[in-house]
Formats: sequence, structure tokens, C-alpha cells
Amino acid sequence: MSTLLNPSSETRIRGGLKVLTDRFNVAELTQAGKQLLLPMVGILIFLGFWHLAAPQVNTSLGTFPGPVQVWEQSGQLWQEHLNQRERADKFVTMQEERNARILAEDPNAKVKIRGYPGAPTFLDQIATSLVTVMAGFLLATAIAVPLGIVLGLNRHLQAAVNPLIQIFKPVSPLAWLPLVTMVVSATYVSDDPMFEKSFLTSMITVTLCSLWPTLINTGVGVAAVNPDLLNVSRVLQLSFWTHVRKVVLPSSIPIIFTGLRVSLGIAWMVLIAAEMLAQSPGLGKFVWDEFQNGSSQSLSRIMAAVLAIGFIGFVLDRIMLMIQKKIAWNE
Amino acid sequence: MTKPHLELTGVEMAFDTPKGSFVALDNINLKIKKGEFVSLIGHSGCGKSTVLNIVAGLLQASKGGCILDGHEINAPGPERAVVFQNHALMPWLTVYENVELAVQQVFRKTMTKQERRSWIHHNLELVNMAHAANKRPGEISGGMAQRVGIARALAMKPSVLLMDEPFGALDALTRAHLQDSLMSIQQDLNNTVIMITHDVDEAVLLSDRIIMMTNGPAAAVGEDLYINLERPRNRVTLADDPTYVHYRQEVLKFLYEKQRKLENIAPHRNKKATSTTTNHSAQTAKI
Repeated sequence: MSTLLNPSSETRIRGGLKVLTDRFNVAELTQAGKQLLLPMVGILIFLGFWHLAAPQVNTSLGTFPGPVQVWEQSGQLWQEHLNQRERADKFVTMQEERNARILAEDPNAKVKIRGYPGAPTFLDQIATSLVTVMAGFLLATAIAVPLGIVLGLNRHLQAAVNPLIQIFKPVSPLAWLPLVTMVVSATYVSDDPMFEKSFLTSMITVTLCSLWPTLINTGVGVAAVNPDLLNVSRVLQLSFWTHVRKVVLPSSIPIIFTGLRVSLGIAWMVLIAAEMLAQSPGLGKFVWDEFQNGSSQSLSRIMAAVLAIGFIGFVLDRIMLMIQKKIAWNE
Repeated sequence: MTKPHLELTGVEMAFDTPKGSFVALDNINLKIKKGEFVSLIGHSGCGKSTVLNIVAGLLQASKGGCILDGHEINAPGPERAVVFQNHALMPWLTVYENVELAVQQVFRKTMTKQERRSWIHHNLELVNMAHAANKRPGEISGGMAQRVGIARALAMKPSVLLMDEPFGALDALTRAHLQDSLMSIQQDLNNTVIMITHDVDEAVLLSDRIIMMTNGPAAAVGEDLYINLERPRNRVTLADDPTYVHYRQEVLKFLYEKQRKLENIAPHRNKKATSTTTNHSAQTAKI
């Protein structure tokens, strides 16, 4: 564009443009700054309040941890994780060396390969929890979405099933847990189990508690398809599957996703409680173990876990939001 | 032309209400020829939509029936394509995909992929919407969306095109423009069309025949007016044409003198009761 202008006016215009872009950048920066600034202020005020208030609270395990102690313990937890990894690596190499030696002496000897027996670290527990919650949530989705579609399409069935949904929806995970534990121990009997029983127990409890919002929202979304669009589908004589795939599902995707996000939030909350009570591996068990441990650092470590739980829940929700924006047509 | 193309015989429609049966339509008889453009006009709640929905197969008549080319109508089907008042396009599909959904369904077996694609484009061009093929309904205006709705219906190659107040939700200028498009398309394709309208000018300008319906409940065909005006018709020159003005007056007289009189004769208390039930029935009919 600038080639069209003569040199003298070009420099003038460039100067003008520069001022303009600078101003634009400044405006953009203040906009971004404002968006970041206020949350930062909020967090800082909270940290200050926490820092001042924590020493006032005395417990049998010392004063309540402030942000500084929690930060230190977070570093400590990370360090423990690294140390543990190092030891595990050493264990594996030592085992491999020993096995190689045995095999060199006698090629027919049976060598044993054992897993590292060390206790899981904080990060291992997070990983376990994430796997469990995803498994439970996916199972809940796999049940709730198809069932919700069926209920949404059939008003009579909806009327029949609705009271059951209303009754089971508010049940706490802690009430389900003993039943699930007993049923899993009784029915999942195998010499070479694919899953740990504790994993199944937590996962099924998560499923039972988290499927309701998705189920209800799917039902509502499917029942609320624009009647004109239903008539279009009838005029076109779409088959049942095409009708569901091309009309019902796309139309209710936004409301289904709202349900899925609530479900995932519930799944994460329920999982922590279930792990605590069931003593199945995961973040909940970490919190409980620290509580039982009762050292002077326990409270700081629990607080670090609390923050981690909150942050992970937030990230999970953001991921769902991203998927929703990818899939839903109205975003 | 001994057998009519589309025939409604003794159609009666009764809806079950908590207060008992409500008769919306009473003994509707109509014979429609192939290629005829028929408008249904009447006050709101008189059961125009119900008649259209019965022909579409979306509603089942309580008594009597409807025969198209020798076959009784008892379910909806693409040979009776419907253009809805509010375009009824799938908001998650593009303009092209909306028409594709219909074409895919109707011509899956008889057309190759290539043929289907060019047929979709042909229909979008017919309504001057080819330029927006990749836009979603939310990104185009109401008038444009309604064109796509018409393109989708035409793409099914229907033997009867049913239009439920197709231009009712549009502003006057857009409406005039779409009426002209519809007239020229109709000139080329010679479809049988049944159109519901509230608009007297629209009815006279577009139709070969105007069916005027009496007020509900128990609405029936009041008058059946043939419009003998040369085609192509031009809205500007027709505006002073004495024949056009005469037809227009006929319809206005029916709507505002004859039908109004009937309402006034009814005792005041009765009238109130009927008007509420009429509204109710109109709602159920739309659902």
C-alpha cells in the first residue's frame, strides 16, 4: 500500500501509523492488564488474609499453615517425587543387571521381575485420581447420554423413570460406597484381575453420583427440539437413527455439554471423598494418610493437596469448555 | 383431467380438550388440479394450518380423507414438501448441508453423488442463495433463510408444495421480493402449491384460486374464488387493474363483512367462550 504514495508523504504517514499502532497496543495492553490485574489483586488479598489469619488458629498439630509453609511443602512434595523416581530407576536397573547376571550363568533360569515397592508419591496419587475420575466420568457419559436420549424421545418412559432419577440424584457418594464395595468384592472375582478392586469401587461410585446431571440435561435437551425441525424430519421421513444423529443430537449438544460439565465437577468431588473413605489410591487417600500421620507438616501437605484438587478441578472444567467449543455449533 | 390431482373429501378435524371434543374443521371438500396455485385465507384460528397439516400428513383428519394422485395420505412424505413460517432450517448445518439433508434422503438411490451436488447447487441458484452455500442460518437474514427453506422444499421435487405463511415473518420489502421470486419459480416449474396467507394482496397476486375459510370453530370453505389474471403478473401495473381490484375487494368483503357479521350475530357471552377455545385449538394444531 505504501508503494502507491510518494516518499515524503509516506514517511509522514508512517510516523502517523506508528503513533496509531502504539496507541492501539497501549489500549490492548491496558485491556489485557485489566483482565489479569483484578484476578491477581483478588488472589493477593486472599493470600495476605490467609497469611495473617493462619497463625491465629492453633491445632494439636501446631498452627494452621500459612501460604509460605504450604509453598515450602509443595516444593518438598515435588522433591520427594523426584527422589522416589530416582530410587525406582535405580531399583529397575539393579534388577535388570541381576537378571542379566543370572541368565548369563544359566540361560534356562527363571528370572523374576518385580515392580518397585515404594509408596506412591503425591504426583502418583494425582495421576491415579485423574485416571479413576476419567474412567468413572466416561462410564457415566456412556450410560447417561443414550439413556437421556431415549427418555427425551419417549414422554411415557420419561414419566415412569423420572421419580427414580429424582430419588437417586441427591444420594451422597458416602452412602453408595459400602454397597458398591460389597458388590464389587462379591462379583468381581478373578485370579488375574484387569483392574484393582479399589479402582473399580471408586470408579463405580463416581459413575453413580455423576451421571444424573448429564442424564437430566440430555433428556431435557432432546425433548426440547424445535417442533418445526421435528416436522421437517417427519416430512423427510428420516429413519430413527438418522433422526437422532442429524436432528436430535446436534440440537441438544449445547445443553448436554452443560450437563457434562456439571457431571465432571461432581465426579471430581465425589472421587476425593470415595478415595478417602475406601482407602483406594488417589488424592483422597493422600489427604487421609496425612491426617492419620499427624506430623507437624501434615496440615501444610493437606493444604497443598486441597489447592491441587481445586486447581485440577478448574483445569478439567476448562478442558470440557474447550471440547464444547470445538463440538457445539452455537459456540 | 377427470381425476383431480389432490382431493380432500369431507375432512373433519376434532381435537380432544379437557372440556370435551372441539371441532376445528367441519366437512372440508376441495379438488385441486395439477399445477394450480391455491391460497388458503381466513382469520387467525380458523384452521388454515390444520388443513395444511392434514395434507402434509402431519395431522390425521378425524373424519374424511385426502387423496393425492390416487393414494390416500396418512403420513408425511417428501412428495408433499412443506415450507414453514420460520424457515425451520437446522441451525447447525450450513445452507448447503440443509438442502443436502433433504436431497440425500429423497434421491439417495436415484442420483449419483455428482448429480446430487449439482442438483443442490441448482436449487440454491433458483432462489439466488448459491453465494451463501457455506453459511449457517444464523449468519444470514430471515428472508435469505426463508429462500433456503423454499430451495430445500423444491429440491425434493414435490408433487405438492405446501407453504405455511411462508412470508409472514418478513418485512414488506423482502416479502415483495420473495413473492416475485416465487412467482417466477412457479412459472418455470409449474408445481402445485397450497399456500396459507393472511395477506389479501399476496393471495390475489400469487394465486390461481383463493379458498376463503369461515371462522372457527367448525370452520369450512366459505368461498372459492378463481383469479383469472394473465401471467406473468406485475405488482405495479396490477395495482390499478380493475379486475385485480375487484378480486381484492371480493376477498376483503368476505373477510371483513361476511365473516365479521357472523361473529357479531353470536351472543356476546358465547363469542368470548368460542374465541378462547379457538385460540387453544390453534395452539394444539400448531404443535
